[in-house]
Amino acid sequence: MQMKTASLSRWLIFGEWRAHIVQWLAVTLAIALGVALGFSIHLINTAALNEFSAASKSLSGQSDLQVHSNQPFFDELLFPKLVRHQGVELANPVLEFDVVVPEKLDSRNDHKLKVMGIDMFRATAISPDLLGVTESGEQLDRLADDAIFLSPAAMEWLQVEQGDALQLNVGVQTITLRVAGGLVRARAGQRLAVMDIGVAQWRFGYLGLLSRIELKLSPGVNLESFKADLDKALGEQFFVTEAADQETRVANMSRAYRVNLNMLALVALFTGAFLVFSTQALSIFRRRHQFALLRVLGMTRRQLLRQVMQEGAVLGVIGSLLGLALGYAVAAMAVHFLGGDLGSSFFPGIQPSIYLSPLAATIFFVIGVGVTLLGSIVPAWEAAQAKPAAALKSGGEEMAIRKLSFPWFAMACLTLALIFTQLPAVSELPIFGYLAIVLLLVGGIALMPRFSAWFFSFLLRAKGSVDSGAVSTLVLARLANAPHQASIALGGVLASFSLMVAMAIMVTSFRVSVDDWLGQVLPADLYVRAATSGHQGGFQLNEQKAVADLAGFTRADFFRSQQLILDPERPEITLIARPIDTSDPSTTIPMTDDLMASELWPRGVMPIWVSEAMVDLYGYRVGKLVTLPIGDKTHEFFVAGVWRDYGRQFGAVQMQLSDYQVLTEDMSSNTVALWLRDGVTASQAERMLRQLSFGSVLEISHSGDIRTLSLQIFDRSFMVTYLLEIVAVIIGLLGVATSFSAQTLARIKEFGMLRHIGVMRRQILVMLAAEGGLLTTLGMMLGFMLGWAISLILIFIVNPQSFHWTMQLHLPWGSLFVIAAVMLVSAATTALIAGRHAVSGGVVRAVREDW
Amino acid sequence: MLELRHINKAYAADRQVLLDLSYTLQAGDYVAVMGDSGVGKSTLLNLIAGLDTPDSGEVLIDGVAISSLDDNAATKLRRQHFGFVFQAFHVLPHLTLSQNIALPLLLNDAPLERVEQMLAEVGLAGRGHHFPRQLSGGELQRVAIARALIHQPKLVLADEPTGNLDPETAHDVLKLMRKEIKANGSSGLIVTHSHAAAATADYILNLTKDGLQPVVQEGHN
Repeated sequence: MQMKTASLSRWLIFGEWRAHIVQWLAVTLAIALGVALGFSIHLINTAALNEFSAASKSLSGQSDLQVHSNQPFFDELLFPKLVRHQGVELANPVLEFDVVVPEKLDSRNDHKLKVMGIDMFRATAISPDLLGVTESGEQLDRLADDAIFLSPAAMEWLQVEQGDALQLNVGVQTITLRVAGGLVRARAGQRLAVMDIGVAQWRFGYLGLLSRIELKLSPGVNLESFKADLDKALGEQFFVTEAADQETRVANMSRAYRVNLNMLALVALFTGAFLVFSTQALSIFRRRHQFALLRVLGMTRRQLLRQVMQEGAVLGVIGSLLGLALGYAVAAMAVHFLGGDLGSSFFPGIQPSIYLSPLAATIFFVIGVGVTLLGSIVPAWEAAQAKPAAALKSGGEEMAIRKLSFPWFAMACLTLALIFTQLPAVSELPIFGYLAIVLLLVGGIALMPRFSAWFFSFLLRAKGSVDSGAVSTLVLARLANAPHQASIALGGVLASFSLMVAMAIMVTSFRVSVDDWLGQVLPADLYVRAATSGHQGGFQLNEQKAVADLAGFTRADFFRSQQLILDPERPEITLIARPIDTSDPSTTIPMTDDLMASELWPRGVMPIWVSEAMVDLYGYRVGKLVTLPIGDKTHEFFVAGVWRDYGRQFGAVQMQLSDYQVLTEDMSSNTVALWLRDGVTASQAERMLRQLSFGSVLEISHSGDIRTLSLQIFDRSFMVTYLLEIVAVIIGLLGVATSFSAQTLARIKEFGMLRHIGVMRRQILVMLAAEGGLLTTLGMMLGFMLGWAISLILIFIVNPQSFHWTMQLHLPWGSLFVIAAVMLVSAATTALIAGRHAVSGGVVRAVREDW
Repeated sequence: MLELRHINKAYAADRQVLLDLSYTLQAGDYVAVMGDSGVGKSTLLNLIAGLDTPDSGEVLIDGVAISSLDDNAATKLRRQHFGFVFQAFHVLPHLTLSQNIALPLLLNDAPLERVEQMLAEVGLAGRGHHFPRQLSGGELQRVAIARALIHQPKLVLADEPTGNLDPETAHDVLKLMRKEIKANGSSGLIVTHSHAAAATADYILNLTKDGLQPVVQEGHN
């Protein structure tokens, strides 16, 4: 029995595909594209994260625990205490910092080299991979005061070999070191330099400072209780972490970005699923006679349901397999051309390679097939439940398709979507925001039959008073009286257009907001940076004076910035100390409306201004008293206002430079913002700066260049979003094509009848183009409303909950108009192409015969 | 072979189609049912085939009440013991002629060897690989007849089988259908408006609101 049923199933499936090959290829392609997107993004994210995590792990070696400070560096006096601490078998001091490579200064975002200072003897036991390898095998050369060891990737990047000299910037000076050799082992693409810790402290100005201390515990010591005790004993200045904590921190850094990309990919897959649904539904309604015949001849409901589901499953399997192959190829190409972070700068300095995980491939395969089956199940169920005797007679299609329309379901989806927009993030992810988007799409599409019936009935009534031709009557009558069939075609347009509108509004709003923000945060003409010198900024007082005294500038604002760790499981926050006009901070900081007037400030407590991320992640609110580790100890501040920061999603705090200097006695700075005197050009000013004794090591940027570069980085990081948008457009247009061609095929008898009663071929084509155009116009009108609503969710819920920044709404009318015009022309053309076949000679015969 | 017992069927309170209809069809009989439009001829066929259920009464096939069977059982009964010929042919456009004819065999898990023989019997030898679009209306109905008889059913139900054909083709098709039904040892029930078509049956029944009444024949072909 199995054999025979399988033959029948195969005949029916292949027969149908042979007859409508383009339609089924389009559906398969849509599924493949959806799966490919999801799978490639997953592969890229996983590869980048794994590589970044492995690279981080390789730096921390085989330690059980690590001790960090809440500032980048801490006093090395802690080290001997930990060496003697009960339960510690080995303590390994590490100094880790980035240095500026003068030869790479032209590349604004890629001119730093990570340097690790390690104890070459202790490291043998805890991180042997980091040991330097000398050509002569001379162990003592590891301790030489000019020796630096480079990973292969670093050597390649710097274009140096063993024995070459290497120049690096320290403050406003340049020092020269000798490339003494390579490392025992480094990961591919990992740029790293290793030095003896004492030499590194001395040469780079970190005397007496460490970044962390790695601990290996004695056998039998309970890790958890030891960690808790040590954490308590060291006080609030220090954090004791495990390797897993480091991985969590790395994962947290890019989690929102990764989840957002995955969600966008799933949205594309969802659009593909809708396409499967609409194609399957229309195909099944077109074949109602055939299915009814099979039922009459003895096929059971279950067999018919299985048959239709098998069609979907075969499509799903082929589409998903193609999607997996395509996804792997896309991932490999994307990593090759864009890097593991797809241009978003989340994973700098790593070179991930794509690994095809069988588990991930299986999951995406199952998702692809599952989504296809989901798209098939409702039409399949309807086909199986149809009464064969009734279905053998024509005219039941609209009734059948009506069963797929559930106004109550649509209203429930829309109501639920509204409720979900009010719910907070789950684990700092906008899960409810995404669910609201899906529900809006589903609800909007499900509401279409009612809406299109109402809309076209209204048009038909309105037209009733005007004496117009038969064609327009036929068009409006069909759209008004067979709204469910029309809505299936409309759904494809609606889904893709609304997604395009939503993406376009979101990206434009973001870009315009970032552009405005850059204008606010870059008020000066030039920005000049100097490399750090130990834990000091590069500009000491005498260098600051030399810059400020230059004749070409009317104003020079010095900034001091550093990193702080407030929570070991989160990335560092940035502290920026600068001159701030306290009476109106918005002249120097891009403030939101959340601001406390200076008259209301509490006395005796220093003010700080925090970014929106600090509010979301650390609960800092205006007026709240908070403590921050600045200088040697923690100090109390109050939050005077909230500002918008698109540069640092993990949080930033601004404070008066004078307050910072009082607390730390650190008078150095990292950056100076310079305003040009009238008549002085930027290039003249740059020449003046270069003529200073330390001018050659300065990193000079024009605010215009920074702005351009920042927007380029923005566009690059949204490249994947644009890609997803294009795929959504393609899937949407495939949907339009398949829906219209399926509908036209289903109506071949109707056209045959019209041709019999004297309707000309040209009139039928006009009718089809008009139907396509009207449907697409309605789909786009509704798609615009739905897309606008989705963009509000993206802008006001998803972005703040994912990245902790807000933005203003901006509608890109021009691009939306172009997209709408392209969709309209494509839809009308598709309808026409499908129609040409429908009005060929065969339709006259179609009236007499069953096929 | 087929027994109708006190069948009642209404589509609405004011639209009674069949009223207390009883009739017995003997094995091997080939009967034509005539009647005015809307009198319930198609309904009668649907009830016999188990595609519809009577409001009361029973349809018995070899003593088994088809209306008492669930959908699966009725479908299996139909699959094994019924053949169908429709006015609109209802052949699957994307299957070849051989595949269309083989459908009942596949559904019944029967060997396919009779397909070529059946094609030859209906005058389509050597055309099994053709698709329906390559055939004329008369040829399509021949395919439908072959499909109706390929699995040697007990009863062939035909609903206006020549309604879409010209008189000459209709004549050929009716002759073929009778010949094949008789050759298979099946029973046949043909619903038609055409006196010429009805005349090919062993006897003719007229369906009225009073039930099935025999029509006196002048003879048959």
